[in-house]
Amino acid sequence: MSTSSETVLSTSPDAIAAGGAVHGTRLALSGASLGRPGAPALDGVDLDIAPGEILTVVGPSGCGKSTLLRTLAGLLPLLAGEITQDGSPLTGPSADRALVFQEDALLPWRTLRANVELPLAIRGVPRAERREQAQAWLERVGLGTQARQLPHRVSGGQRQRVQLARALAAGPRAVLMDEPFGALDAQTRAGMQGLLVEVLHGTGATVVFVTHDVDEALFLGDRVALLGAGGLVAVRDVPRPRDRGAHDDPARLALRRDVLTSLGT
Amino acid sequence: MKRYVLRVISLAAALALWQALTSLNVDLWLRFSQFPTVTEVARAFAARLSGPDYWTDLTDSLIRILTGFLLAAVLGVATGVLVARSRLAEDLLGPVLEVIRPVPAIALVPVAILLFPSNEQGIVFITCTAAFFPVLVSTRHAVRALTPMWEEAVRTMGGGRWRILGSVVLPGALPGVFGGLSVGIGVSWICVISAEMISGQYGVGYRTWQDYTVVDYPGVFVGMVTIGVLGWVTSTAVELLGRRLTRWLPRTAYAPGARPPGPARSVKPAPTAPAAVPGGPASEEARDEHLV
Repeated sequence: MSTSSETVLSTSPDAIAAGGAVHGTRLALSGASLGRPGAPALDGVDLDIAPGEILTVVGPSGCGKSTLLRTLAGLLPLLAGEITQDGSPLTGPSADRALVFQEDALLPWRTLRANVELPLAIRGVPRAERREQAQAWLERVGLGTQARQLPHRVSGGQRQRVQLARALAAGPRAVLMDEPFGALDAQTRAGMQGLLVEVLHGTGATVVFVTHDVDEALFLGDRVALLGAGGLVAVRDVPRPRDRGAHDDPARLALRRDVLTSLGT
Repeated sequence: MKRYVLRVISLAAALALWQALTSLNVDLWLRFSQFPTVTEVARAFAARLSGPDYWTDLTDSLIRILTGFLLAAVLGVATGVLVARSRLAEDLLGPVLEVIRPVPAIALVPVAILLFPSNEQGIVFITCTAAFFPVLVSTRHAVRALTPMWEEAVRTMGGGRWRILGSVVLPGALPGVFGGLSVGIGVSWICVISAEMISGQYGVGYRTWQDYTVVDYPGVFVGMVTIGVLGWVTSTAVELLGRRLTRWLPRTAYAPGARPPGPARSVKPAPTAPAAVPGGPASEEARDEHLV
């Protein structure tokens, strides 16, 4: 349980927006078998996630999407095969790879700002500085005025925005998102997708985004990975990612049809 | 306000009933003729308060219980966390603890006499053992019931073992720990008083027993009232501290028994809102949170 990167990066939102102080990481799985001992969820997974790309992962529920994410986070050891980060073996969790959960992962006894400060504190950022950075991140996700609220005092959508801020605050090189907007209503969700694209802009972080919503996957992803029973079915390039006008692009429609067919819906 | 009046009335009625039964020397199977009346007890109480021994007894008992209880709190939380988080610790400590646990702490008097050079330490030992187990058990449960996601979140921020302990395990288990502490302080009083009665020198329990042996019944009641008040004060202190430290717990807007949500509802002193909140909209939020 050691931090692989002890260097304190300059990670204020402004710095990230300005120059991209952080570079995405390459994550690769080869011949990997994922799951809990005795109960593998995915077998023979070969996946190469390029630095800085947004890879969305779709699949029916229970197919191992979360397992894949937890493995990439380093929380679950591989059952077989190999997992690497930038070519070197990935052995455990690290501040390099932030994880965003579906809901309720904020520490309920910490105010919103204190939650965002936590990864900065772990990185060893001095108190005044991390307070300032956390506040800046909260403002960036539109919650500057609620910084002193406790998580249960704000809405589910607002909590997810805080989680996003918390995940990005320490400048991770990869952000792993486990159906982060899955519990939100359609309208809030569309807003959150927009916000995500906006805050990711310039961070350079590699993103793996798990969702069960095909439209969400096609909007956000540079590529979309399809998971099926027991393994990775396909990885497809998405035409015109993060372009709201592309939803009736013929290429996009064809891909959408393919994805839905392969999901069996 | 109305609720305070009701509480005072309840206490006054109990005292009035006591006075009536004893001053009329009621003997209906239950015999109140030997019982001291409220006025006799009050007079004895006043006499004790001005004497030197009362305050010595009081401080002695308080020092014993606070030492024992604080030791038990620290040891109980530490052992509880250890047993809940480490399988090795569970296997090594679990069986021993489970065998000692059913032994009533007061039955450890012989052990205390054998082990400790002085009575004082023996009493603290017994008090500590009594409070230790409720704290241990509730800590263990609270730690096991923590949401795993909190720990995973901190681990993926690069947090290590100590960070998880300090930022997730201890704060997250706090509500449960305070449940154990509340039980523990009650059991501690039982044991400190009993131990004092058996082997103490000075102390409220010792004095109460002394008064009994010299047939000073009003004195016995003074002792009992003292124990009652001390017990109530200490458990309220634990309760208030617990509420203060776990103010983050989501509370429902529904307050049991309070039908009109008027100003009468502020049972707790209202302006204890987070101290570190400066003026402006934030303090309004804080006050709002407090009422809910």
